[in-house]
Amino acid sequence: MTAVAGEKSRVLTALDTVRDPELDEPITTLGFVSTCVVSAAGDVVVRLRLPTYFCAPNFAFLMVADAYDVVAALPGVRGVDVALEDHFASAQINAGVAARAGFAASFTGEAAGELDELRRTFVTKAMLAGTDQVCRPLRAAGADPARLATMTLGDVPASAERERLLRRRAELGLRTDPSAPLLVDPGTGSPITGAEATRHLGLARVTRTGIEANTGICRGMLRHRYAEAGVGEEE
Amino acid sequence: MYEKNGEKYFVVDSHMHFWKAGPDNWVPGAEQYAKGWIECFHAYMSLAPKETHWPIEKFMSYTEDDLMKDVFEDGHVDVAIFQPTYLKEWYTEGFNTTERNANLGEKHPGMFVLNTRFDPRDGDAGLEELRANVERYGSRGVKLYTAEWNAGSRGYKLTDPAAYRYLERAQELGIKNIHVHKGPTIWPLDKDAFDVSDVDHAATDFPELNFIVEHVGLPRIEDFCFMATQEPNVYAGLSVVIGGLMHARPRFFAKVMGELLFWVGEDKMTFGSDYGIWEPKWQVEGFVDWEFPDSDEFADYPRLGIEGKKKILGLNAAKLYDLKVPDELQLKDAEPAAQDDAKLVTQ
Repeated sequence: MTAVAGEKSRVLTALDTVRDPELDEPITTLGFVSTCVVSAAGDVVVRLRLPTYFCAPNFAFLMVADAYDVVAALPGVRGVDVALEDHFASAQINAGVAARAGFAASFTGEAAGELDELRRTFVTKAMLAGTDQVCRPLRAAGADPARLATMTLGDVPASAERERLLRRRAELGLRTDPSAPLLVDPGTGSPITGAEATRHLGLARVTRTGIEANTGICRGMLRHRYAEAGVGEEE
Repeated sequence: MYEKNGEKYFVVDSHMHFWKAGPDNWVPGAEQYAKGWIECFHAYMSLAPKETHWPIEKFMSYTEDDLMKDVFEDGHVDVAIFQPTYLKEWYTEGFNTTERNANLGEKHPGMFVLNTRFDPRDGDAGLEELRANVERYGSRGVKLYTAEWNAGSRGYKLTDPAAYRYLERAQELGIKNIHVHKGPTIWPLDKDAFDVSDVDHAATDFPELNFIVEHVGLPRIEDFCFMATQEPNVYAGLSVVIGGLMHARPRFFAKVMGELLFWVGEDKMTFGSDYGIWEPKWQVEGFVDWEFPDSDEFADYPRLGIEGKKKILGLNAAKLYDLKVPDELQLKDAEPAAQDDAKLVTQ
């Protein structure tokens, strides 16, 4: 019994690393995991759910595929059964993920390619939003945009927001060392300098606002759709 | 008209519906989509104040009397603009057609604006239908839902050659306003269906048309804001922003309003209730009362005063649609800006 409970927490910890690409938050804390069961023999069953029946199928596919991959990679796991419920494209997504077929093959004729570019677009947005999270307290403490443009990552005090920004920068292949500039173009990694800083920070702020507003709406919709909290859900 | 503290507001509900979504209208074999669609809409209603929630049965099939009472008698609306959404693959008679809207609108002269729609995948027959609708209903605007399913296709972009052909024809027919609503599917499905860059291109190539991006591009507010600073003929449709956030997430609402005021400006924002998702009464009253929370977090955003609220609630849309506004409801000194005199919001 205890062993199985430990296994479940190991699976949940793995699922914590799977993010909704649009909202940049773990599927667990968002409430998207409705079921997580591990048998004594090491068979894992995970069921995912989304705020609406019509949530975008490309993002849904990424979350199901990522969940499948992190569970399958755990040592000692024998069987993996990860599926999305209550979604217009559940059947295509679940069959495609179980067969590890990729997105284009799962949606024959409807997709022109895989989802790497889409994922990168949203990591870029997450990085911009993270820039606002890190810079907001610095601005409140008196640093103007011109000053922020001269700062390095090493100048930023340690915080959860800073760690998160470093992870998103790493995912984009951008510098994360202490002497790297704080403000960089997410596409090229070039430093943002001088007069560009105001505009860059404005984009970072509106990007964060967009993600937060969407998250608010998604959480509200999920709560209406399902009475029970998800496994690992946090507000 | 809504009056508060001696100020009178001319209210144009620039985005509302009269749909028919009950099981009697579901296409056999597509019931799960028809049901899924209306249940999704109903979940949005849960973001409104509790006392305004409806049971799903009423939500699927509200009546003419419900609409007239909720929108005009109780909802303070002077003129309402119907925005049709067909979805005929899922709803036998369509979800919310031009004809259905017109049947109601024609009983109440002067109270409704009858917009129509088109789907660029409908070929020559669709162009002919567009002409007939404009002629019969006097439409000056169209609503485009880019994620509509149509004969195996899961959606389109405004930059598709067929869409340009339709936009050209619409302009020849006297259409002025293009209301764009993005949805979760499009071809190809591996791209972001909510991306608004196609609107950007179309707005550049059709400078005489106004593009009202409904729900301010949600869930891509940032892309929308960035585009709107560059395109003088792009407007922010506030349906879902007020209905979905003002009550349920007031701090996010304030931030989104702040961003829109900063990037887009009060001259280019239009109120829409998205009725029957949300009743206009609480939205109009709440918006007139609304102000930024007293916190440093919001200190940088442009302020919104009574004049700005008057523009957003009705005067901007009245200008887009040449609606007659009684003198006492006009702004005292200024006219609301349209694209010819709008200033780009720059930094």
